[in-house]
Amino acid sequence: MYSRYLNRTLMAVMATVVVATACSKKDEAPKTAGSVMIVKIGQVSPLTGPQAHLGKDNDSGARLAIDEANARGVTLGGQKVKFVLLSEDDQADPKTATIVAQKLVDAQVKGVIGHLNSGASIPASKIYHDAGIPQISPSATAIKYTDQGFKTAFRTMTNDRQQGRVLGEFLVKKMGGKRVAIIDDRTAYGQGLADEVEKAVKAAGGELVAREYTSDKATDFSAILTSIKGKNPDVLFFGGMDPQGAPMAKQMQSLGLKAKFLGGDGLQTAEFLKLAGVAAEGVTASSPGLPIDSMPGGKTFRDKFTAKYGVIQTYAPYAYDAATAMITAMEKAGSAEPAKYLAELPKIRFAGVTGEIGFDAKGDVLGGAITLYRVKAGKWEVVETVMSGAAPNK
Amino acid sequence: MDIFLQQIVNGLVLGSIYALIALGYTMVYGILELINFAHGEVTMVGGMVCIAILQVLLPAGSVPVVVALALGVGGAMLVCMFLGLAIERVAYRPLRRAPRLTALITAIGVSIVLQNTAMLIWGKQYVSFPEVIEVTRYEFSGAHITNVQITIVLLALLLMLALLVLVYRTRLGRAMRATAQSPDLAALMGVNPNSVIAATFVIGAALAAIAGIMVSAYYGLAHYYMGFLLGLKAFSAAVLGGIGNVAGAMLGGMLLGIVESLGAGYIGPLTGGFLGSHYQDVFAFFVLILVLVFRPSGLLGERVGERA
Repeated sequence: MYSRYLNRTLMAVMATVVVATACSKKDEAPKTAGSVMIVKIGQVSPLTGPQAHLGKDNDSGARLAIDEANARGVTLGGQKVKFVLLSEDDQADPKTATIVAQKLVDAQVKGVIGHLNSGASIPASKIYHDAGIPQISPSATAIKYTDQGFKTAFRTMTNDRQQGRVLGEFLVKKMGGKRVAIIDDRTAYGQGLADEVEKAVKAAGGELVAREYTSDKATDFSAILTSIKGKNPDVLFFGGMDPQGAPMAKQMQSLGLKAKFLGGDGLQTAEFLKLAGVAAEGVTASSPGLPIDSMPGGKTFRDKFTAKYGVIQTYAPYAYDAATAMITAMEKAGSAEPAKYLAELPKIRFAGVTGEIGFDAKGDVLGGAITLYRVKAGKWEVVETVMSGAAPNK
Repeated sequence: MDIFLQQIVNGLVLGSIYALIALGYTMVYGILELINFAHGEVTMVGGMVCIAILQVLLPAGSVPVVVALALGVGGAMLVCMFLGLAIERVAYRPLRRAPRLTALITAIGVSIVLQNTAMLIWGKQYVSFPEVIEVTRYEFSGAHITNVQITIVLLALLLMLALLVLVYRTRLGRAMRATAQSPDLAALMGVNPNSVIAATFVIGAALAAIAGIMVSAYYGLAHYYMGFLLGLKAFSAAVLGGIGNVAGAMLGGMLLGIVESLGAGYIGPLTGGFLGSHYQDVFAFFVLILVLVFRPSGLLGERVGERA
């Protein structure tokens, strides 16, 4: 009886293996078929875990750009090419980020869109730099990412120095924050943004009454919110993502903490509204760049994106622009070889979905609008867009 | 003072949830000397199933909220009880005579399987708990408590009392205690160890389901990964109280919740900002280490040391 089962299982396993090998052979076939050259581009974001919805968003954004380029037909140096997106999951974890980065390097990708998190992008950028592979992150905002002097690191999103400065000033001047409490999730993004906000708040004359910390996996904040409540702040700033921000907003209400709640782009998502429910009402959060409806290509992008992938979370337009920037530089260089098109990347200028795309000497995106949103009747409404002027790294 | 009181309230709510989950660990350990690491995942499944049922029933509109909620809780409990039964039957019973390490590794395996199955069913995103419960806030001497929190604490206490009665006042409870002492001897006395052990898993799973629903209703969200940390904390609570001891699990859970709350609230000022509130999750495991070093049998545990 058991042996018969065993035989059956073994046969099933073998059949699967045969089918799998057959499939993988089929997949590899186009590489040599005809005169189309395959250009592999990597995409890395957390595809599992608490931020998987944001990771999928980046993946879809980059995929849309690549599918469009393939549909249009791109020729590099007389050679017809087909772009293939290799998506990897870094679980928003710095350790995993370096492993998948090495995996992509070994797979000989010509460029990488990612990673999503600053904490993952920074350690991975060293690996891409050593391999000479250009990396464009659509969403890493930590200052350190482009501050390391790596010629291969670029980003399509404005960095935390700009965002933090705008948030801090807005907090003190527009939200009337005299006594300010700050919580961060101890990630490179959350901590970096919170540090910049703290500096800007102090510069604008606000007083920091509490600085508390949590993690990017926590859901219970009652203890730290209670201790913050004792300090009686006007405004509470949270540097972190929506899976923490939403329960935090709820717990502020149930603790009777009356302070206004402000967050960065990690909170300015559709998911936050869903998770926080009525507690989202009145929460303010910023997002780098323009609101999607004010983006030059926002409306067309939204139509194209929603038809294929559903709701845009946050970063999809930036991932789209990052992939487009990479392809544009390749076209300009007439080659997908990293050594050749890397020189073109800082020179490109084109009208992207999120605005005019171009990079400064450090790899930061030029320009830099920050938009503040507030939840009203269950929707993010634009409060104002602040032009933070020239890129601060110049 | 009101801040201190509030931290105690926070801790009690957290502790009630830990205690309910810890009961499942301690009951299974008491009888099988097996640490059922899949128990945290059963909690997660409870929360998820309840949300899924609510999501189906509520938009339909034809069902009153109370009925939908009752069906959600009942459905989640049923699914979890069946799950507990299935886990015991499929994963643990075949290994009952195997070395203990084998069963422990299997437990971790079951936990991974459940986590990933949940991820396939409900996706990788956070799932939000429908806002069916109107939150009302009460204030007493400066501390705030909501109706949801009161419900959590009272319901947890009630369930724990019911479990105590079950273990110490009923036939099944006597059979459970007999099986815990010696399955073979109990069998000689006419107790069927298999059904007693199955019943233990089913009861533990039902409690876990309720705890899972409490967690997801309280925080407003559920996630396929949420059982992992909850399970570890509850396990620490069970060890703190004395694993294998039902009253110990309750005490351990409550204490752990309060220690975490006070710890996270006061560590910053006490250490002059050297250590911050991000050490909140560390307290549970710090307590676990302290207990293992200084009182391995836990606060109320007696016999564990000699059995292990």
